[in-house]
Amino acid sequence: MHRTGELYEQYRTLEQQRETASLGMWIFLSTEVLFFGGLFMTYTLNRSTYPAIFSEASKTIKLSWGAINTVVLIGSSLTMAMSVWASQVGKRKLLTFMLIATLVLGCLFLGIKSIEYHDKYVEHHIPGWNFQFEPGADAATNAHTQLFFSLYFGMTGLHALHMIVGAGLLLWLIKESLRGRFTPEYNTPVENIGLYWHFVDIVWIFLFPLLYLIDRH
Amino acid sequence: MSEHHIVSPKIYFTIFGALMICTILTVFAAEVDLNRYFSGLNIIVALTIAVFKASLVVLFFMHAKYSPKRTQLVIIASVFWLAIMLFMTMSDYVSRSWI
Repeated sequence: MHRTGELYEQYRTLEQQRETASLGMWIFLSTEVLFFGGLFMTYTLNRSTYPAIFSEASKTIKLSWGAINTVVLIGSSLTMAMSVWASQVGKRKLLTFMLIATLVLGCLFLGIKSIEYHDKYVEHHIPGWNFQFEPGADAATNAHTQLFFSLYFGMTGLHALHMIVGAGLLLWLIKESLRGRFTPEYNTPVENIGLYWHFVDIVWIFLFPLLYLIDRH
Repeated sequence: MSEHHIVSPKIYFTIFGALMICTILTVFAAEVDLNRYFSGLNIIVALTIAVFKASLVVLFFMHAKYSPKRTQLVIIASVFWLAIMLFMTMSDYVSRSWI
């Protein structure tokens, strides 16, 4: 479908056709908002029940990695937006370059996440896997800090999964852009995969302060 | 052209700059004890900045500002529905001891 951006019979204009595709992606993103929303709800409830524990546990994840990842991901949203612009003005080489840049930044984010996950493994902060919060921590402290780390791995893990899907979509976009498929008349996949990518960025914009910036003073 | 409006790279880079400033701001605000002025001020500041950053991404990177009103309504409705879900769930837990 949409190989040449031709008008399909159920639409009155190409403009309406494109807007419909975009609306479809936005409605899918609405379901994603609720998907992550459930985890944010769990986080809210658990943090309000154990504020001091969450603060202590949060101090053991490195702020610098989280901050760098935030810059990297927002940067990837910039390159994604630039790739949409490149497709709109017919700059094919720039389009491919920006898509590759987005993919590289996304992979950089995932690489840093792996480093963080490895640190947690070494410190015995993975729930259910020889978990021990601090050398002297008792059973109750262990149980409650495991709540934080369960949420940490659950939320950043789900986010990382979405990024891996996004990386796959970007690979497809890069392949198609090299074949010259996207033009000012037809760039719908670039636009809509862009929407998905920006959404994943927005989830991280909320994850970062909620996981890394709890009571750091 | 996909919308009436092609958003220029200049806008994209400006918004990126604003997002970077907000990120630096939120990191520094976390290092200051704001809770002694007003209980919970740290989290309020952190979430306000996050909502502002997300709004910039939605409006400009995701072209919501240049989208038809129908699309804008769907976006607002999603956020509103999330707010209802969070509010109702939280009020359930908060009122447990009342029974």
